[in-house]
Parts: sequence; structure tokens; C-alpha cells
Amino acid sequence: MDDVDLKILGVLQEDARHTYTDIGKSLGMAHSTVYDRIKRLERYGIIRKYTTIIDPEKAGTRRILALMTVYTDPKESETVAEKLCKAPEILEVYTSISEELIIMAKVMAADQESLHAFIANSVAPLPGVLRIRTSIVTKKFKEAVFSIFNESRKSTFIKRTYNMKGEKNHER
Amino acid sequence: MNVETNSRILGTLPREKAFYFFTSIGNYTGISASSLKEFGEKVNEINVKSLEFHLPRGDFEKWINEVLQDAELATEIRRLARFNLSGDTLRNQLCAIVSGRFKRLTNQLDSAQFREPTI
Repeated sequence: MDDVDLKILGVLQEDARHTYTDIGKSLGMAHSTVYDRIKRLERYGIIRKYTTIIDPEKAGTRRILALMTVYTDPKESETVAEKLCKAPEILEVYTSISEELIIMAKVMAADQESLHAFIANSVAPLPGVLRIRTSIVTKKFKEAVFSIFNESRKSTFIKRTYNMKGEKNHER
Repeated sequence: MNVETNSRILGTLPREKAFYFFTSIGNYTGISASSLKEFGEKVNEINVKSLEFHLPRGDFEKWINEVLQDAELATEIRRLARFNLSGDTLRNQLCAIVSGRFKRLTNQLDSAQFREPTI
């Protein structure tokens, strides 16, 4: 991957519906070059898929989101995580390094009762589950996916937030 | 009294049919009960917040009625829920109801088995 590939990925991350011609024009290269490079990025699995981000509320499907922490027996942790991955209510599953072995998962349900029923009937009975802590999300402040532009944006954010002496800038 | 019914109510359930104690929505304590006997023991020692969470929701009543299939105990628990009890008063009342029912069932079962004719 070179700089040109990174630039193409950046344009696609902003809007994956850009045509090869659009991308070629914005980066000053032939659309055939863009086509070849995108196909190669797809072939190597760097571009995993093109998807659509849906706003569940506007789509009329109100759901509640919860962050669940599952404390597990170390011997069963992997199996519990794999089983959680199979449940359609679970959106993301992570394991983490901490004193106790924990699995963190993002859960979506129709309402609080459905969330509770899912955890009580499908998660708590899994062998190796020691206890569960769940927090229902009340407000989302940010949700982003990894962006190829993030590195350059990070340095701009730091410059804007802190001055040269490393003191925090206060916005007036 | 039916020996088969009493034996079923007093039997041990598979893991997926156990009662799982929570303190609020999605917060599992790590404590579960796979039989009426174990349920009584856990009610006696669990954080009282868990009892205060499950009783008004009808979770105990539902599990006892649908899983243990003990309609009589489920009715007693439903009656208790109407009093809006909390803290140790709730725990003591619930323990008394569950252990009372457990003793009655085991006594009935013991005497029925004692009376059974031997060939």
C-alpha cells in the first residue's frame, strides 16, 4: 500500500458511492488506475465490504443499546465469547486484559424487557459465566469507524486543544 | 397428594431452566437455583436488592409456575407481592413461604413412600 492507495481509501471512507471517475478527478489520476487499485485493495481484503449506515430511529425501528460486561471463568472465556457472537442481539464482542477475565459486548434490543429476557435466558445460563454488569446507553455522543484520515486529524485536534507549552486551550 | 407431582417439583433442573438472580435489568449476581431447595437457600443469602427486583416483576411466580410447575407456591408468592414489602421483612416472608412449602412437599413424599406396599 502506498500514499495513492491511502488517498483512495480516504475518499471511499467519506462516501463509498464515489465513481472511479470522481475519485480519479479528485486525486488527479486516470479512472482506470483508480479501478485497478480498488480491485487490488478488495482482493487483498483491505476493503472488506461496502455497507450502508442506517439511523435506527429515523428508520422507525426504535431500539435500546446496552453495554454488557460478562465476568467469566478463564477456562470458558473463549467459548462464552464465541457463543455471544452467534446471538443476533449482540453487535460487537471484545475480550480484555484485566485482573478478572471479562468479555465486553454491545447489545441491541427492542426494549428493557427484551434486553433482560435475552440476558437472563441466553447469557446467564452459559457455562462459565460468573456474573454480568449491564449499562443501558442513554445518549450517544460519538460513533465512528476507523478512518484512514484519523492520524492527521488527531494532530490537528491536539494542536487546537493544547498550546505549545502543553497547556490546555480554553475556548471562549 | 401425587408422588409424581411432588417429585417433579422437588427435582433438580437442567442449567438452562434454573432461576438466575439479578439485581436490576441485565445485572446478574452470579447466583442461580436449580431446584426448589436451592431456591430457598439462595433467597436466604442473596442481596435483598435482588428479591426486591424480582418479586414485583412476577419473576419468582412465573418460574415456580412454569418451570417447577407448582401452582400452589406460585399463588402464595403472588399474594406476598401485593404487600410491597422490602428489605429483611421481604426476605423473611419469602423464606418462610418457600421453606414451608418445601417441608410440606418432602413430608408428603416421605409418608407416601413409607406407605407404599412392598411385594
